[in-house]
Amino acid sequence: MSPIHGLKIAVPRGALFEGTVDLLAALGLDTEELRANDRKLLFEDIGVITMRPSDVPTYVEAGAADLGVTGKDVLLEQRGHAPNEHGRDVYELLDLGFGRCTMVMASKAGPDPAVESLRRLGVMRVATKYPRIAARHLEETGRQGEIVEVKGSVELAPLTGMVDAIVDLTATGTTLRENNLVVREEIVVCTARLIANPVAHKLKAAQIDALLGQLRGLPAASAS
Amino acid sequence: MIHPIPSGTRDVLPQETGEVRAITDTLRTAFDRHGYGEIYTPALEYESVLARADMAEAQPAYRVFDETGVVLALRSDMTVPIARVVATRYASSEPPLRFCYFAHCYRGVRPQRGQLRELLQAGIELIGSPAPEGTAEALTVLCRSLDAVGLKDYRVGMGDASLFPALMASLQVREPVRHGLLEALVRRDFVELGQRLHDAGLDGQAADLLLDVPQRRGGPELLTDAPEPAVEAVTGMRRVYELLDPDVAERVIFDLGLIRNIGYYTGAVFEVYDPALGTPIGGGGRYDELLGRFGRALPAVGFALDVDQLHQALAGEERGTGLLLAGSADGAGGGALS
Repeated sequence: MSPIHGLKIAVPRGALFEGTVDLLAALGLDTEELRANDRKLLFEDIGVITMRPSDVPTYVEAGAADLGVTGKDVLLEQRGHAPNEHGRDVYELLDLGFGRCTMVMASKAGPDPAVESLRRLGVMRVATKYPRIAARHLEETGRQGEIVEVKGSVELAPLTGMVDAIVDLTATGTTLRENNLVVREEIVVCTARLIANPVAHKLKAAQIDALLGQLRGLPAASAS
Repeated sequence: MIHPIPSGTRDVLPQETGEVRAITDTLRTAFDRHGYGEIYTPALEYESVLARADMAEAQPAYRVFDETGVVLALRSDMTVPIARVVATRYASSEPPLRFCYFAHCYRGVRPQRGQLRELLQAGIELIGSPAPEGTAEALTVLCRSLDAVGLKDYRVGMGDASLFPALMASLQVREPVRHGLLEALVRRDFVELGQRLHDAGLDGQAADLLLDVPQRRGGPELLTDAPEPAVEAVTGMRRVYELLDPDVAERVIFDLGLIRNIGYYTGAVFEVYDPALGTPIGGGGRYDELLGRFGRALPAVGFALDVDQLHQALAGEERGTGLLLAGSADGAGGGALS
């Protein structure tokens, strides 16, 4: 078994793993070992490396992988903050359509505590794993905020009164509901994206275009 | 004791200095052989002078006040200072003028990305020689210099900064939409480019062209079936290509989406790639309007190599452990080039 068109691909572990592996299988890659062994990281014979989704742009930007699959949420979070500042130097080639989630702002059910904080205190406190997306959203909507970055369950932060609201990714909204939180604003819809290293995009143009052609031909991928 | 230096700056010790010096000496000999005279300019310039150029993302990032309260800036490239030199010290000299330089430039950085605040650039500027001859000469000097330092697998991507704007203009894209499309392209976000085209309500054929053309890259066959609005830029590229010697021509990849993040480019733009490195080693292009801003309107072209990146690429090729090389161990890699 050999890599698809000789390309090395960074595959995200976690929520996007199944969708990505299904896609690779549809392209004709032998994914049996990839599915079976969740501790192995490097599958050299099929040109696949696995990692957490937020590491995918790092490896692709450095050229350790030619292509990668990761969520738009990851790409947005790693995008530069200033208007003309670049994010990761990677090409975003295709919206793969799967892994659809929404980045939302949510707060405790009932009267929105964020609104009262803004009115009386001039700022709202927001807990998130996505500090840049949250800060950008507040700036774009003309509100002052204080961003509290947390690593674990974000839902805890407003329940303990530490913050007024959270910015987080949700697929079904179940976790939010179970924690008595309601969605106040939808910020952006995020899906899985195919990204490429800029040098590989030039030096392996034919191989990458062949793979893109195959992907666009698949019924599942929504080539926008 | 720990006495830190600013992130993105480095001390260079004798072993590395020796290797870097060997590279720059070879480059200097190659530039000199093509008639490019080396010049120095001050690292500090008046901010108001540097601001005459449209640097976009590469604008000077570090400023100081001098004792009279005037703002000085650390140069972010050598092209703008050389434009100033030409307009002042060579105001009446007969063009073309040929300069080369080895100089540190200063850029703002994104944190934790290994980017350098202080980078050593080696490059040339050819002033007063229009396209296509001037462009072909710059590409030739570029390739001969890289050959001289012994870089083996490099390729030079060539595009045209005017191509996408011309495409938008001829397809009647409305002015407010253009900025967003260009922004998406500069960010190499083809998904967003597609979405913005869709949102702008452009008809299917125009939208398809605007999404497809900047993704076209490959050999000279790319230049034969360019869509009508891109013909002028593509013809320009072909004229340059036809002037190149075979050993230079075989290094060139055409890239209709190539766009540099410096604002002053007007025509042909290029970037140097090597499979041993995930980022470009250098780049350049035509800047036919920059000199005019300093008072001596002359067409010009140049390139700059990032010496540290070049050093890394050479080391990577030598070890055969280039990042992108590793992925193509089965020999499938690089097929796009031949």
